[in-house]
Amino acid sequence: MTTVSTPLRAGNDLLSRYAECMLWLARYMERIENLARLIDVTETFVRTGSTANGWQSIIEINADSERFASYSTTINAESVINFYVSARDNPNSIVSLAHAARENARAVRPLISTEMWVQLNMFTNFIRSLSPEHARQNQISALCARIKRECQTQAGITDGTLYRDQAWHFHMIGRSLERADQATRLIDIKYHTLLRPGAMVGSPVDISQWTAVLRAAAGYHAFRRLLPRDLTPGTVVGFLLKNDSFPRSVSTALRQLALSLSALRTDYGLRQAAPIIERVHGVRAILDGQTAQQILIRGLHEFMDWVQVELQGVQTDIATAFWPHEAAAAPLPTGQSQSQS
Amino acid sequence: MTTSPSSRPVISGALADYDAGDYFCEMMHRGEPPPPEIASLVQRLDHFDLAQLRQRASAAEAELFNLGITFTVYTERESIDRILPFDLIPRIITAAEWAHVEAGVRQRVAALNRFLWDIYHDGAILRDGVVPTALVHGNPNYRPVMRGLDVPGGTYVHICGTDIIRDEHGAFLVLEDNARTPSGVSYVLENRQMMLRVMPDLADGLDLRPVGEYGLQLQAALAEVAPDWASDPQVVLLSPGIFNSAYFEHVFLAREMGVPLVEGRDLVVQNDRVFMRTIGGLRPVHTIYRRLDDAFLDPECFNPDSLLGVPGIVRAYRAGNVTLANAVGTGVADDKAIYAYLPRIIRYYLNEEPILQNVPTHICGEAEGLQYTLDNLADLVVKPVGESGGYGMIIGPHATRDEIESFRKTLLANPANYISQPVVKLSVAPTLCDNGLEKRHVDLRPFAVTGRSTWVLPGGLSRVALRKGSLVVNSSQGGGSKDTWVLAS
Repeated sequence: MTTVSTPLRAGNDLLSRYAECMLWLARYMERIENLARLIDVTETFVRTGSTANGWQSIIEINADSERFASYSTTINAESVINFYVSARDNPNSIVSLAHAARENARAVRPLISTEMWVQLNMFTNFIRSLSPEHARQNQISALCARIKRECQTQAGITDGTLYRDQAWHFHMIGRSLERADQATRLIDIKYHTLLRPGAMVGSPVDISQWTAVLRAAAGYHAFRRLLPRDLTPGTVVGFLLKNDSFPRSVSTALRQLALSLSALRTDYGLRQAAPIIERVHGVRAILDGQTAQQILIRGLHEFMDWVQVELQGVQTDIATAFWPHEAAAAPLPTGQSQSQS
Repeated sequence: MTTSPSSRPVISGALADYDAGDYFCEMMHRGEPPPPEIASLVQRLDHFDLAQLRQRASAAEAELFNLGITFTVYTERESIDRILPFDLIPRIITAAEWAHVEAGVRQRVAALNRFLWDIYHDGAILRDGVVPTALVHGNPNYRPVMRGLDVPGGTYVHICGTDIIRDEHGAFLVLEDNARTPSGVSYVLENRQMMLRVMPDLADGLDLRPVGEYGLQLQAALAEVAPDWASDPQVVLLSPGIFNSAYFEHVFLAREMGVPLVEGRDLVVQNDRVFMRTIGGLRPVHTIYRRLDDAFLDPECFNPDSLLGVPGIVRAYRAGNVTLANAVGTGVADDKAIYAYLPRIIRYYLNEEPILQNVPTHICGEAEGLQYTLDNLADLVVKPVGESGGYGMIIGPHATRDEIESFRKTLLANPANYISQPVVKLSVAPTLCDNGLEKRHVDLRPFAVTGRSTWVLPGGLSRVALRKGSLVVNSSQGGGSKDTWVLAS
């Protein structure tokens, strides 16, 4: 007789809606953290006077130009930060994202740990308390640090307390998808940030911007340790896209994404995950098949766009496979759709 | 504690200015001499200073927010989380009092289930003229679709919340039965948790009846009444969703029972069987604890516009393939008109005298009751029988002469729509208020869980009217709650 392992039945009963909400809870939390990182790096560009278009770039990489135009006529630190932090009518603001995260968490409250729920409540209460005061230039960095720390606390509590069944895998899928997507946006911000007149690619100003991107990704020290004498656009892009040891790189996020999908397929017998795994492997293969230098030459921005479209495709495939028809039509409380920014 | 059981405790601290007036006080009016457990509790409470109590109260409030033990009010732009205010001072029930209340609740639940079976089958009680047929068949909550359906165990009211008050003599009186989807039990469990965290020194060493097994009992009862052929029944809790103000409770109960919390869109009916949509496909469901009113349950059968329900679920129910808790059509039994007949219903089915009395109720549909009501309008509460929520009622002592005369006409136009009751002097309990510990009115809602037999959660929800002089304990009108301590001996 072989030993009978824990029956699959209990594990296989995850409601489709729960899976969807777990994924979005993770995505929104990850998105908030990365938005704080984007604001932080943009603030650095502006403060150091290394950019010609400053706050414009963050609006562009989030494809929010149209929405922002209806929100404010001037682009400056205050208007952009308010737009991305406390504007309730902007679905991509941190306050809206926190609300969406909490509403998804509320829906899966039967599954998540009380400690996760308590932290999320304290976090959303903090976010709701933010006023335009916090958008003052001299407080932005501290604000971003606080938001990042809150998100990381949430992530830590999740890692330490969330029961590791399929719900957890969907959480990991959501986090990985969003992290990969946001990593491409952080890289892309360099594309959208115009160097001030006279500064050349590879010039000290250019390098200082790449350094700021690395710092925003929390990768500066690891990068220095790895490549102490070689900070160039190519090496930074390579690090953020292709390094398998850096937790916030695109390749690490894709690897985690494939792992979680594989766990669903093999541990829980969910065969519909198979073609999605193949698709993720396909993206990884294309990323592995070229050097950072080649990507830069062929067009960094175009490549980032392509990765984002592929990730969107993976999201759609997951929705079709695990929460088809009615369940997928579930509207968000605020009336906004749960979509990539 | 060193208090001698034979003497009244000396009160000189937090309770020094406490005055319960003419009301029965759940803590202080406990006879001469008071039982030793209560005397020692009073002494402990008296030793607190108010600043300390306030500090603990605000700690408790912050914790409720952080735990998200809130009901949510949605506006167009945002959601507002409110907590049910929690008062630190427990409401005490002695072992003897509880034995009486528990027996009375069991008796009522048994009678309600027998009554529902009868009116959806032979209708003997109607034929025998004990309850007017029109009152039952004309009731909007009477569901003809239930006729002839044999529900497992004969249980219609699986979860019952009985609203009980005490008069100035301390007698327990039933105010109403809640036999549809009574809520509030989550606060009972959460209040106890909170109480033991915030006031450990007050509870220390006292032998209190625990409340934590509610989820287990509920799960067991619901599994018990699943269709017979389901060997490993899947129980789910059906919620209207996160917009419902009781959503916190739905989550709480699903977790305590360890069952999925589903919404209508998670369920689907195929071949008269109910399934839930999972990531692995459709999975069968056998018992549904539904926190959704009859009207929204099945657009095929009731409100066709309901997006919250599950098309075909009543067909599956009638086919015996799924059990709904509570059953469809229980609303007719907790109606105010039927309430007035409940003492007679108890005698009819159980051949027993009611253990818990009703608030004396005059049925205006009966000549005698109408005459009495008309003669004493200024002293009575007169309520329409149809709906809950306190609409269309008049409180005689609080009404002007004109209001009373105008109401007299309304009453005479349709006497059968009304019942009348005396204004009961609700009991009070010490409550932490702005000016210290003051008397506030309280009620009690015990929860009875019935599968094949009935289990009653010790205690229940004690609601407190936080506004001075107010008799209204509803959370929407300034009500809060207290932990209910049932002493084990």
